[in-house]
Amino acid sequence: MATTDAGHTSDVHVHEGHDSHDHDHPSYLAHHFDTPEQQFDSGKLGMWLFLVTEILFFSGMFCAYAIFRAWRPEVFEGCSQFLNTKLGAINTGVLLFSSFTMAWAVRCAQLEEHKKLASLLATTLCCAMVFLGVKAIEYSHKWHLGLLPAGLFTYDPANPHPEGGPNYLAYICAPFAVATIGVVIWLVVAFIRDAKFQVAVAKPLVFVCLSFFGGVGLGMILESGETPEHHGSDHVAAVHGDAEHGEHSGAEHGDAEHGDAEHGDAEHGDAEHSDTEDSEAEHGEGQQGDATDPEAADVAEVESTDPQPVVLQDPGSMMRDESDDLVVLERLASDATNTGLQDELSARRAQSQLSEGAITYDRTDDSSATIASTDDNVLRPSRAGVFFSIYYCMTGVHAIHILAGVGVLIWLLVRAIRQDFNRNYFGPVDYVGLYWHLVDLIWIYLFPLMYLIR
Amino acid sequence: MSAGSVPSGYEVSDPGFPTKEENYLTNSKGILSWMFTLDHKRIGMMYLVGVSVAFLVAGLLALGIRLHLLAPDGWLFNQSIFQWLAPEKAPNDIYNQVFTLHGAIMVFLFIIPSVPAALGNFLVPVMLGAKDVAFPRLNLSSFYLWVAGAVFFVMALLASGLDTGWTFYTPYSTTTDSSVILATTGAFILGFSSIFTGLNFIVTINTMRPPGMTWFRMPLFLWATYATSIIQVLATPVLGITLLLLIAERTMHIGIFDPEYNGDPVTFQHFFWFYSHPAVYIMILPAFGIISELISVHSHKRIFGYRFIAYSSIAIALLGFLVWGHHMFTAGMSQMTTIIFSALTFTVSVPSAIKVFNWLATMWKGSISLTTPMMYAISFIFLFTIGGLTGLHLGTLATDQHLHDTYFVVAHFHYVMVGGTLVAFLGGVFHWWPKMVGVMYSELGGRISAVLVFLGFNLTFLPQFVLGSRGMPRRYATYDPEFQSLHAMSTYGALLLGVGLFFALGVLIHSLLRGKRAPANPWGGATLEWNCTSPPPFYNFDRAPVVGDPYEFGDIVWDSVQERYVKIEPKREVVPETPAEQPAHAGGKDE
Amino acid sequence: MSAHENSPEGYDFAHPLPLPLLFGVFLILVLLTIITVAQASFDLGSFDVLIVMAIATIKGLLVAAFFMHLAFDKPFNILCFVSSFVFVGLFIMFTLFDNRATNQDDIPVMDDAVVTAPAETTSAAMTTAGT
Repeated sequence: MATTDAGHTSDVHVHEGHDSHDHDHPSYLAHHFDTPEQQFDSGKLGMWLFLVTEILFFSGMFCAYAIFRAWRPEVFEGCSQFLNTKLGAINTGVLLFSSFTMAWAVRCAQLEEHKKLASLLATTLCCAMVFLGVKAIEYSHKWHLGLLPAGLFTYDPANPHPEGGPNYLAYICAPFAVATIGVVIWLVVAFIRDAKFQVAVAKPLVFVCLSFFGGVGLGMILESGETPEHHGSDHVAAVHGDAEHGEHSGAEHGDAEHGDAEHGDAEHGDAEHSDTEDSEAEHGEGQQGDATDPEAADVAEVESTDPQPVVLQDPGSMMRDESDDLVVLERLASDATNTGLQDELSARRAQSQLSEGAITYDRTDDSSATIASTDDNVLRPSRAGVFFSIYYCMTGVHAIHILAGVGVLIWLLVRAIRQDFNRNYFGPVDYVGLYWHLVDLIWIYLFPLMYLIR
Repeated sequence: MSAGSVPSGYEVSDPGFPTKEENYLTNSKGILSWMFTLDHKRIGMMYLVGVSVAFLVAGLLALGIRLHLLAPDGWLFNQSIFQWLAPEKAPNDIYNQVFTLHGAIMVFLFIIPSVPAALGNFLVPVMLGAKDVAFPRLNLSSFYLWVAGAVFFVMALLASGLDTGWTFYTPYSTTTDSSVILATTGAFILGFSSIFTGLNFIVTINTMRPPGMTWFRMPLFLWATYATSIIQVLATPVLGITLLLLIAERTMHIGIFDPEYNGDPVTFQHFFWFYSHPAVYIMILPAFGIISELISVHSHKRIFGYRFIAYSSIAIALLGFLVWGHHMFTAGMSQMTTIIFSALTFTVSVPSAIKVFNWLATMWKGSISLTTPMMYAISFIFLFTIGGLTGLHLGTLATDQHLHDTYFVVAHFHYVMVGGTLVAFLGGVFHWWPKMVGVMYSELGGRISAVLVFLGFNLTFLPQFVLGSRGMPRRYATYDPEFQSLHAMSTYGALLLGVGLFFALGVLIHSLLRGKRAPANPWGGATLEWNCTSPPPFYNFDRAPVVGDPYEFGDIVWDSVQERYVKIEPKREVVPETPAEQPAHAGGKDE
Repeated sequence: MSAHENSPEGYDFAHPLPLPLLFGVFLILVLLTIITVAQASFDLGSFDVLIVMAIATIKGLLVAAFFMHLAFDKPFNILCFVSSFVFVGLFIMFTLFDNRATNQDDIPVMDDAVVTAPAETTSAAMTTAGT
């Protein structure tokens, strides 16, 4: 074209000139690029670099996973039983399918098959929503059980299904329900006003929104249909807990906090006696003097409301005699109360320890844990909590990426219905596709690492 | 200086001055035309203003630190005005917050974006002969992310301050009352700003080079920027996830970093330094690029060892990822790990030294004009060499045991960050100032500022080496009386440094009001940015520039009549129009 | 379409993948997912992680090569993608290398009496405190 246009732009080669703009640049080509291919290559390289940052972003969590799994394999094995493999597998399949439709969509964009492109993008969106729906079931179920990150972990094997508590599933579903209703209203209004383009956009979006609830339904069926394996382990733990429960019901479920506190004091005394090294015991007294002395404990209770949980949350508490299953369960039982205060008090205590140069983890603790005693050991808040922390971090950040993907896919859908793409300009579809495949790729690794630990 | 006029048989090519419509500063008016601009030059200027404000704030905080350390029991924050300002805070608490904010603002808001985002944004496309960066919208959004990050830092400052040190080490950062979450959110956002800038530059340099500009005909500033961008893209996401996990640790107690929940604080340090050590090279590598340009242009001599400088930038970028452990030698790493990290640390000194030797070799027998940028560049070499060599003491395991967390460390990294990056940044600003705003500053004033900064800096930080090796720990609000004379010396130096910096600012502001109009090529540079008018037109080049050797100064002569450098070309026949058109249109289309 | 009018020479950089290829890759991926779920019910001991990760890596390679079009892409893009994993590897390797699960000498012991004693007493303190 240089030769044909030579007369036109002979003296100055100005790309920005308005007259030459139309000839030089189609509407989809940004002014600072020379050719659509240069634009596509730039965009693609940019997208790949973005994916590189995404991989390194996730690498932090994979690294944390590796560290803690290497450190405590038995915790990961034990806690993994709480994840429903079926739900994970179904979600893997759904994501793989969405990846497939996305790759197909890119092909359609390149071949300028506009109708097919739109419907494939809508399918991809539906899959994303199904994924989120299933995830909602998984999350709400675990929150209900109290299987939460370390600081909030309240799971109690003796009472795995606590009554009451907020209906988490409803909270998760609410925004999606609002969105669904909104889209339906939009569709109806657009239909009445005969806005063809809006109808074309809203129609697939209704299906997209509804498929979230499809995912929720699917998750429910799989979660409750058969007894998933983790229920089995729940049950074992529950039975185990019940046996002890009878003997110590007063302490465990005593309605007064006072009861708890007293019981905690008794524990203290026991452990201290069994502790043979005097210097250590002395040191301990210095720190926990108020709790070890029954009378002082009452005073302390008045002052600090509830000294008992401090003891429970403390990492040092796990160095106690491992054979004492009873104590473990009791601690778990009373753990559910008053977490906010516990955190504060225990944080203060940790600080005072740190100021003395203490190293607050202890290796001997881990070496004593065996797979045989897994059920008891792994369910300590500070240990099981780490697994669930990493689980929520990884799957949560992944879910945020899915949500972001839903956002850009909707944008793509609108543009696809507007028929913006052609064989010289399919970049956006391709870039979003790359992003979507990366999200899939991360799940491909997450699924076995989280759900399939044996 | 190669004075003279145009030899006979040659003709001059000089773009002249831009008209008001062409000039990117004036071609559209109003605040909105700046706020929504997609022009890389305007975004660069906005960054320049932004980082300067951040630098001013953090610099004043630094003066506060130094003034407090004037007396063994503290001076500044003991004054009654501070008790009136913040009655609930003890002087030592104020001190903790001031040094934390000084560090955090300097690192996240000033040094990291200073050269790449401010100067880089302006220069990268112009040096490439391109119209803009590859993703102009991303560029603008990265500026606004910077603004958002800055807002978060201001909020943290106003809410309850920040007293963790800029490193946010756990477990203190998970237990302190200060507004860690606000500050980390700010740093998280700033991380994305940095990532987007880096991503943009990599793509721009990769795909938008004009025909004829091969990798080894790029100016070295572009190589340095490219290496920096690699680090930004690879390392910054890890900071992102680290800070995210830290926020989760504070809010939900996820127990990954917090020993209270069986987390591991050393893991936090690993995560943090996996970013933050490479980040040190994000700070210094672009400075290397500036110095390579400055030394060559103001010595009017081809850069010595072009390929070595180019490769050493990439080598530093990659090796920088292998040495983060040297920040943690005393943190309780396993012995084997410390030995490996120590050994790897020394490898970084090799490419750094290559650069220094090449700069010196470039100056050797060059015709050096001791302009303001050159004076900054020379002081950079001097200061960076001290900073780099003292790093070897810290990389050695045995001496680090003694020197870790003392003022020796403080002095070391200030020699690299201030003596290196800041001085190079100032040199770069003075070098490209005529190009950016189209006026010349007072050369005398510029030189005085360079001398003041050099003297003030050395007076501030040389005593700190002595303090550190005598055992004065860093981050302490009070100290033993035996250290007072050295501390006082350091404080007076800081005041002198402050005077020098304000003087430099004054020189630049004065030039805006009274400065002479700048010619296209005031220094005799051969890179493409000197081929366009000062300031550049909106689309940078009226005609696509002919790509030449960026360090060939043979055809650039001083025109003493009009006080400018001009490029001379052998006189040609009257050139027909179409062939002249040819190279411009060749741009990527025919291939 | 404006594209056709304005680019007479046409820029043929689009590279649509054949549909059977995409579908085949999808089927293989599903198959591998089934295998990986199925093998989880057998106890393979310490090989477990290796097998699971190997399958995941095969799946990842398939996704990258075909869905992400990397098999037909510019070498530089492949370099970017691969290098990201190299750096992830470096990060995880070095950090794990310093993991206390594999290293028993966390604290450089120069003088037992001085260095280890406080650590012991405080850990003992925690023992008593915890019980």
